[in-house]
Amino acid sequence: MTDFVMPSLGADMERAKVAEWLVKPGDRVKKGDVVAVVETHKGAIEIEIFQEGTVAELCAREGDDVPVGGLLARLSAPGEAPAERPAGPPAPPVREMPRAGPQPAREPKAEAPPAPPRPPVPPAGPRAKVSPAARRRAAELGIDADALAGTGVDGSVTLADVELAAQTHAAAAAPAEEPAPARKTRGGFDPAEMRKAIAAAMGRSKREIPHYYLTGTIDLGTALAWLERYNDGRPPDGRLLPAVLLLKATALGLRATPQLNGFWEEGAFRPGPGVHVGWAISLRGGGLVAPAIHDADRKPLPELMAALRDLVGRARSGGLRSSELMDPTVTVTSLGERGADAVIGVIYPPQVAIVGFGRIAERPWIVDGLVTKRPVVSISLAADHRASDGHTGGLLLAEIDRLLQEPERL
Amino acid sequence: MTAAARITYREAIRQAIREALAADPRTFLMGEDVGLYGGCYAVSKGLLDEFGPTRIRDAPLAESGFVGACIGAAMAGLRPIVEIMTCNFSLLALDQILNNAATIPHMSGGQFAVPLVIRMATGGGRQLAAQHSHSLEGWFAHIPGIRVVVPGTVEDARHMLRAALADPNPVLIFEHIVLYNAEGELDAAVTEVDIANARIRRPGRDLSILTYGNSLPKSLEAAEALAKDGIEAEVVDLRVLRPLDNATIYGSVARTRRCVIVDEGWKSGSISAEIAARLAEDLFFELDAPIRRICSREVPIPYAGHMEEAALPRVADIVQAARMLARPR
Amino acid sequence: MTDKPRLDRTHAQHLYREMLRIRRFEAKSAEMYQARKIRGFLHLYDGQEAIAVGIMQALEARDAVVATYRDHGQAIARGVPMGAIMAEMFGKLEGTCRGRGGSMHIFHRATRFYGGNAIVGGGLPLALGIAMADKELRPGAVTACFFGEGAVGEGEFHEAMNLAELWSLPVLFVCENNLYAMGVPLEIAEAETAIYRKAQAYRMPGEMVDGMNPVLVEAAARRAVESIRAGNGPCFLECRTYRFRAHSMFDAQLYRTREEVEHWKERDPVPRMLKWLRENGMASEEELREMDAAIDAEVEAAVRFAEAGTLEPVDELERFVLMTGVPE
Repeated sequence: MTDFVMPSLGADMERAKVAEWLVKPGDRVKKGDVVAVVETHKGAIEIEIFQEGTVAELCAREGDDVPVGGLLARLSAPGEAPAERPAGPPAPPVREMPRAGPQPAREPKAEAPPAPPRPPVPPAGPRAKVSPAARRRAAELGIDADALAGTGVDGSVTLADVELAAQTHAAAAAPAEEPAPARKTRGGFDPAEMRKAIAAAMGRSKREIPHYYLTGTIDLGTALAWLERYNDGRPPDGRLLPAVLLLKATALGLRATPQLNGFWEEGAFRPGPGVHVGWAISLRGGGLVAPAIHDADRKPLPELMAALRDLVGRARSGGLRSSELMDPTVTVTSLGERGADAVIGVIYPPQVAIVGFGRIAERPWIVDGLVTKRPVVSISLAADHRASDGHTGGLLLAEIDRLLQEPERL
Repeated sequence: MTAAARITYREAIRQAIREALAADPRTFLMGEDVGLYGGCYAVSKGLLDEFGPTRIRDAPLAESGFVGACIGAAMAGLRPIVEIMTCNFSLLALDQILNNAATIPHMSGGQFAVPLVIRMATGGGRQLAAQHSHSLEGWFAHIPGIRVVVPGTVEDARHMLRAALADPNPVLIFEHIVLYNAEGELDAAVTEVDIANARIRRPGRDLSILTYGNSLPKSLEAAEALAKDGIEAEVVDLRVLRPLDNATIYGSVARTRRCVIVDEGWKSGSISAEIAARLAEDLFFELDAPIRRICSREVPIPYAGHMEEAALPRVADIVQAARMLARPR
Repeated sequence: MTDKPRLDRTHAQHLYREMLRIRRFEAKSAEMYQARKIRGFLHLYDGQEAIAVGIMQALEARDAVVATYRDHGQAIARGVPMGAIMAEMFGKLEGTCRGRGGSMHIFHRATRFYGGNAIVGGGLPLALGIAMADKELRPGAVTACFFGEGAVGEGEFHEAMNLAELWSLPVLFVCENNLYAMGVPLEIAEAETAIYRKAQAYRMPGEMVDGMNPVLVEAAARRAVESIRAGNGPCFLECRTYRFRAHSMFDAQLYRTREEVEHWKERDPVPRMLKWLRENGMASEEELREMDAAIDAEVEAAVRFAEAGTLEPVDELERFVLMTGVPE
């Protein structure tokens, strides 16, 4: 027993009404016979059958509206008894999607890239116009772009405005009429007072602490290559700066030389309760502060990067917490791109060490016996000879170097 | 041999056609008035005497017929250059160009190529009124299956034809009517050009002016004026509208971060709209200012001189737009 | 090549066989369309077989063919393999055009079959161009350009007539006048309904032929082709015919009466040729049975080939938008 279904006569035909049956049960039909007339939106059309057999049953009646693929009639093969209802193929579903043939296996959809982290929700009130480039740069610098006055088209904040703000104090740039108080920069610092404090601390350091100094040069080729690969394809606020690699390596290195991580108080060394790296941050207007990144040896790189950004932002806007100012167990000073080749610091009492990184620059280097160029950075250690000796200091520098050759494990 | 020759854009094309006919016996030029008349814009003057009527073929006024014939001839082994007098008449051949030339290679599953060059004059500025002043190169650039090139310099006029003939695909060359009289230097050391890349005609740091055709000299003039204000504009000659040279365009705008696009087509749905969309899609975070477009006003181009001048892109408009972006206060 | 067809047994059977191949292929196409293996538009050739078959007798391998969207008849008679045509309609990679064109766009380089053109009148300028190239590169070759009488309304038809005659191009224009342009009868579309006279207005030799008779079509084609090969310029044949099926699959045929169709069916070239073969002892019953079986087998094989075909990978979508070279 076979089914005769409503044929498709055109791409836009979905259904038709059975206008007239031209055969009845018991009639013999062969290929090409016209068996019915159906009414379509284009008019009446005769439909042919392409099967041989005997009409067993007319399943659709004249006047019925039948979709393409719907059952019209059943045929029995020549010789077959037409009597019983067959267990034939089930009627095709109504409005079956047309299939030209075997469909190719659907390509598994590529994993959608993770949505970039949403930018911080702007405050109540009109959002400032900020150019895309300016907004990205502001995020990198930890500056609040919406708080700046813009000099661009339609008063928009431009890249230049952000760069300028980065060079002057952020508090000065915040317009006085800014509505949401949460955005107001909290009380800033007084440059003159800060200078006096620094003078006192540095003077005491040089008077009281017997400094010894060690220096070295570290090949950062592998680390920077790894960094480039890491950053490739990441949105700006997901990328890492070289500074965070230096910070992490130093923090991990200090685990190996705990004598350099702690305080000299009352004639004895007290190890720090954790590796809380004080990160030296220069402030616009001439200030300097080195607040702590707590447990820097245990934070994964992205977290460390975020902490660094956050710290720099708050340091410049005057939002540091007292614990951050009191807790550093060691200080790291990194001059970044604009600084000198090397920096040899002055220890912040009561700490016992300060690690310095110079500018990362390309220098001639020997690799496998041949001269080539590599990005290298100078590292220095100034340490309190009361708490440690040169041997220990050397171990730290060697360990930091070793860690930076395996950046993926930082 | 002199190092540089000074010739007109028209003469450069004539030299190109002459060189093409001499180089390949399969090549011929067909179009209305290309032979006896010497070419509507005198581009083919003298060529009929030099090459004879089988290589320089005058066609009756039957754009669909003779453009379609050149398409068929290209499919069957010749290398025709068909000239449509101006892009204004190309609409009569649009079915042949779109449904045959652009389509048959892909639709036949790669069995037949259409190595055809179609040259057309384009543009306004000679008070020829609405039906003779269109700039449709951007429209054609919408069609997959063809290349669209827009020589804006004498050098490109001289050498783009050769590259187009060497390409196995239909290449449409749009020659701006105002440029035919323009003079330029031909560097004898340059013997070929590509039909793939845009070119920076004037480097600058403050903004990118992206343009082509007769808007190129206008943009260069604008850049000179801006320089007096201390604004250094980079002028990029697009040279090819399909496919657009993303690398050069993006490279320029990524550096300058500001962009004015100058396009003689009507603004809506134009090639400048396509470029602006690409910049917004791919260069969003580099932009330091909104994109600006200077296009023809959305009117049929009028005859009266002052009205036509107002309808087409103007140097002053380019300068003003650039100034607003680079020095808003 | 003489201009008279040899109507011996072999040739007579050949004419019948070719027409029957087309008829059976079209019936199978209708079936496959209703089964939704073939999609889009399908335009069948039933009733017009004598034209494609008759014209092809005068053509050689070096000649070229341009056809319309109703192109199965010309393609099969030209020698495009049935399997490749069916696979193309099934949308398969193994089709003539990788499944890119479907029924309306059969292109086949090996037999110089230049489509399959779906814009009415759009193939005529192409035919001019192919002939233009052949005049230089393959002297003596002829381009046969098939089109319906509907095309003569288009400006392009007139441009093509003029240019072909003006430039003395080796084109054989074959107008298959089946009296209806989709649903528009000839009388309400043309002021001058004798199509061949339009060609004559351009000084092109033109004549009307009974398109239901393959022998007459072949004779006219041979005469015309011989003239064209001798360099006398284009010729025009208006072949009067009738299509028994609707314009395409989805057509209620509101524009003509059943009686008219039945009337024309009395002149159906396929059964008429069969009758003639039998009455004149040109084919034995056994030969006819074998022919029948062979054709059925060929058609079934074409369907199997198409069924077994593969789909072009989607990531090849942009391939051949721009060609990397000119195929030799």
